[in-house]
Amino acid sequence: MKKKHLGYSMLLLIISVGISVGVTYSNPKTSDYKKLTSANTEKTNSDKAFNKMMDVLSHKRCVNCHPSDNYPKQGEDSHKHLFGIQRGTSNHGVPAVKCITCHQDENNDYSGVPGAPEWSLAPESMKWEGLSRIEIAHSMLDKTKNGNRTHEQVMHHLTEHALVLWAWNPGVNAEGIPREKPPIPKDEYIAAVKEWFENGAIIPEE
Amino acid sequence: MKISFNINGLPKTVEVDKNTPLLWVIRDILNLKGTKFGCGKAACGACTVHIDSEAVRSCSYAVKFAEGKTVTTIEGLGTEENPHPVQQAWIEEIVPQCGYCQPGFMMATAAMLEKIPNPTDEDIDNNIINVCRCATYYRMRKAIHRAAALTNDSSNPLNS
Repeated sequence: MKKKHLGYSMLLLIISVGISVGVTYSNPKTSDYKKLTSANTEKTNSDKAFNKMMDVLSHKRCVNCHPSDNYPKQGEDSHKHLFGIQRGTSNHGVPAVKCITCHQDENNDYSGVPGAPEWSLAPESMKWEGLSRIEIAHSMLDKTKNGNRTHEQVMHHLTEHALVLWAWNPGVNAEGIPREKPPIPKDEYIAAVKEWFENGAIIPEE
Repeated sequence: MKISFNINGLPKTVEVDKNTPLLWVIRDILNLKGTKFGCGKAACGACTVHIDSEAVRSCSYAVKFAEGKTVTTIEGLGTEENPHPVQQAWIEEIVPQCGYCQPGFMMATAAMLEKIPNPTDEDIDNNIINVCRCATYYRMRKAIHRAAALTNDSSNPLNS
């Protein structure tokens, strides 16, 4: 009986030592935490705004009309525009098949043809298809590629241009199925774009 | 809503739902049956008309956008006595089979020749993207080249 009691005591001792060793190894003795400076906070906010903005700008509703070749893309799978539709010399199609042959100033829910004011492809210098988010941002701010636009003008394009904001009113396709909208609500996107520009339009490192 | 425009040289005012496709105004209200309904999705081109000299798919064009504009349909392109060079070429080359899509092709071709008077085969491939289920493309290509020749002949004062 005494031997058995001793056995239990030993077992308890081994378990409690094991737990305490385990606890000691899983908890660092010191924390790596450093108090954020205001510069850190701003950078974090700027990066958050950047990511929110790029969630939209890298979406198919934007990139389908920023192709890296001379063919607009269409649909949720970004396939080449049917019927061999081409960019043409002025980004509005070829002489007798222009964007306005089918696309008007607003969506046509009968035919499923999308539309918005100034419907056209982005110029070749503004090709985004196949670029990373960082590359798109660099391209967007590069005056040799963005039509010599200042930051303010780029911000205006991104937040006020009806053709850009069409992304949140993309209508239905030829089968009557609503087109996918960008993953960020319009107001949240606009606020993020403004915040990013107000914080200096800092592009995070790759 | 009242909408006014000029069609085939005549001023017209229609009172319809502003989002009615222009095609149905042309066919059902103005009784011009030459413009055809094909796919209703701006894909086949059977409904092609000219609006301010640009080829447009009328099935996907809300009539409100025609306000104050000039519309031309196949009936306004030429007449039996005075066919447009494209219509003349279509007759000479005996292009149509069933004929249903042909008005759209002729309107698309006339729009192209206004901008490209001497189209190459590549120009034709790039600019004439209508669909013909009888596959009369080969004869159409010949007719387009013939129409270009007829147009250039008629525009040359030495030939008149």
